Amino acid sequence: MGLLDTLEGFTAALRRAGVPAGTSEVLDAARVLGAVDLLDRAQLRAGLAATLVKRPVHRAPFDLLFDLWFPPAVGDRAAGEDAGDAADGVDPAGAGPAGEPDVDALRSRLRDLLLSGDDAALRRFAQLAVAELGRLDAPPGRQSWFTYRVLRALSADTLLASMLDALLAGEPRGGLAEQLARQQLAERIAALRAYVEAEVRRRVAEERDRDQVARTALPPLADQVDFLRAQRDELAAMRRTVQPLARRLASRLAARRRIGHRGRLDVRRTVRASLGTGGVPLETHHRPRRAHKPELVVLCDVSGSVAGFAHFTLMLTAALREQFSRVRAFAFVDTTDEVTRLFGPGADLAESVRRMTREAELVTFDGHSDYGHALTVFVDRWPDAVGPKTSLLILGDARTNFRDPGLAHLKGLVERSRHAYWLNPEPRREWGSGDSAAPRYADVIEMVECRNVAQLTDFVGRLLPV
Amino acid sequence: MGGVQTPLFASAAEVAQRLGAVGYLADPATATTVFLADRLGKPLLVEGPAGVGKTELAKAVAAATGSGLVRLQCYEGIDEARALYEWDYRKQLLRLQVDRDAGETGWDVERGHIFSEEFLLARPLLDAIRRSEPTVLLVDETDKADVEVEGLLLEVLSDFQVTIPELGTIVAERRPFVVLTSNATRELTEALKRRCLYLHLDYPDAERERAIVLERVPEVGERLAEQLVRTVRALRAMELKKSPSIAESIDWARTLVTLGLDTLDADAVRTTLGVVLKHASDAARATTELKLS
Repeated sequence: MGLLDTLEGFTAALRRAGVPAGTSEVLDAARVLGAVDLLDRAQLRAGLAATLVKRPVHRAPFDLLFDLWFPPAVGDRAAGEDAGDAADGVDPAGAGPAGEPDVDALRSRLRDLLLSGDDAALRRFAQLAVAELGRLDAPPGRQSWFTYRVLRALSADTLLASMLDALLAGEPRGGLAEQLARQQLAERIAALRAYVEAEVRRRVAEERDRDQVARTALPPLADQVDFLRAQRDELAAMRRTVQPLARRLASRLAARRRIGHRGRLDVRRTVRASLGTGGVPLETHHRPRRAHKPELVVLCDVSGSVAGFAHFTLMLTAALREQFSRVRAFAFVDTTDEVTRLFGPGADLAESVRRMTREAELVTFDGHSDYGHALTVFVDRWPDAVGPKTSLLILGDARTNFRDPGLAHLKGLVERSRHAYWLNPEPRREWGSGDSAAPRYADVIEMVECRNVAQLTDFVGRLLPV
Repeated sequence: MGGVQTPLFASAAEVAQRLGAVGYLADPATATTVFLADRLGKPLLVEGPAGVGKTELAKAVAAATGSGLVRLQCYEGIDEARALYEWDYRKQLLRLQVDRDAGETGWDVERGHIFSEEFLLARPLLDAIRRSEPTVLLVDETDKADVEVEGLLLEVLSDFQVTIPELGTIVAERRPFVVLTSNATRELTEALKRRCLYLHLDYPDAERERAIVLERVPEVGERLAEQLVRTVRALRAMELKKSPSIAESIDWARTLVTLGLDTLDADAVRTTLGVVLKHASDAARATTELKLS
């Protein structure tokens, strides 16, 4: 297969993975192929990334696919990213080509490598370890290389205690030094894992169709991950995308206010400025327009079933506090309490959430969501929270556990408010299944599907008053 | 564009080496992308968190190649008159007055007079295009500018020419090396991104960061630099409002040197934490997670 065919297959795979590599990007990539040193794989990778990847979220799928379409080596030859670094230092640790791999020797080598922090050597080690430990005899046509076999045999985590001792070299445990050492080791073990995974993918791709490998190995883009299904590290990645979202929001609102509405003519300043141009008022000056600052009330379901989602919405609430003159936050599980004070400016979000579960009165019965009761309590205890200037935002999955949904109260709230929206983290097709009262609520209030960061961004862009 | 102009660099390795000579330690990806931007004649869009050396990269390219640096600092509300060119209307008015006193009037006379180079105020974009010597054009914090300005940039950066209705089209004699930086406070338009090569600058790996700290603050010494970089990396692994950047690592190193500290233990970290973490809640979190107290 020629180089251009490979590039074409690669960009097609990128597009399938959601990376928008258009014609002009591909043309640029082709020009890059003519300009870089093709034998230097790191250079090729950087060059293609510069033309094909235009957003940070697209980098992970790019790297994964790059390894599949431009593999560093074929078969058993363990080669590194740079030409010629495969030769030094690493010889097979096994007891010979035919014998069983010597796991203990590998583990002790791994221990030394993790301690030394030599990244290139660690990568070569991962390739070697996969060759020795990752293979399972399988009938032809079945996958025969497995990441978990390698990682389980090496079980780097069990080396942690002895490596910590070595790194600390007699310093007392429990302090700063231990935290730093732990962090350093965790980073390197994560790197090992990534190298092993990449190597296994390469091996698998040789046996099977790489398109197929790409499809199974690709995780969804960070802003497309479902709030309700996200893993821990995915959640962390998502939180990082929400923080700039709030900032972006703030700057856009400020810009709209400044550009869209110039205030009334300021005669005094205009005349004063015209003196510089012989009395001709070439530039007019305007009084600043008074900022329009609406009120926002957030009512948020924080029960276990929507915990991941609630975290985001609370984060957004904290960010919105700076934009709206009055933001009030209420949380509920089966009863409602005000949590505004916990999300003040400068507060640490994780800490706020912890305090919320500890201090706020959210559960009176069994800890299952009860929308009807929560709405009743909200209307009874804070009758004037929602008024004609208020934007009301309700966040929850509308799963009532077959209890009274409290539609009448919600209807009253919607009528009293200026805008009212309900964000539902469940996919639209599941609304109304089981105990979901979503369709009934949707009759009363505008309900929006908000499953991932992309949809949240989209909604926030539309919601905010101009 | 007319003829092919001589590239600034012969290879990616040369980029790294020449940038290194002026004190900018570029990783291979950065060096390759700079090399390609020069070779393909495309603007380079550099995105990344604050303080990782985006602006420094442009300055380093200018210093390494002996080019002049023209900088356009973007801000909210920047417009054509600030970015491209403006007629000096005060001077034009004055000229009209003088001409009238001298008895030289009539539109044809005036047009020739007042719409000439003399009354043109060149702003950075026009300035960069008109220069005949090697030039690096730095468009800083592009994301701060409004979307309309991006349209303006598109025109200038794709054809390297500017049309002034009264004077005609000015084409670049020598295409400048263009660097755009962005903190990603908003997504730049697809059209602009398509015309650029994209480089995401992130925090460097431990080894490179240590080298950078030592390059900038040599007095700090190998051992302390090593400790400092490890601590900064541990801080970055936490979920903070504002992770410490390279700029902060360098500031921290300077602080430690000034205070005469030769080891970074829990006490030293606690007393100087304000240099790297700028939010009270971040500092509180770091104190607990690193077990400083």
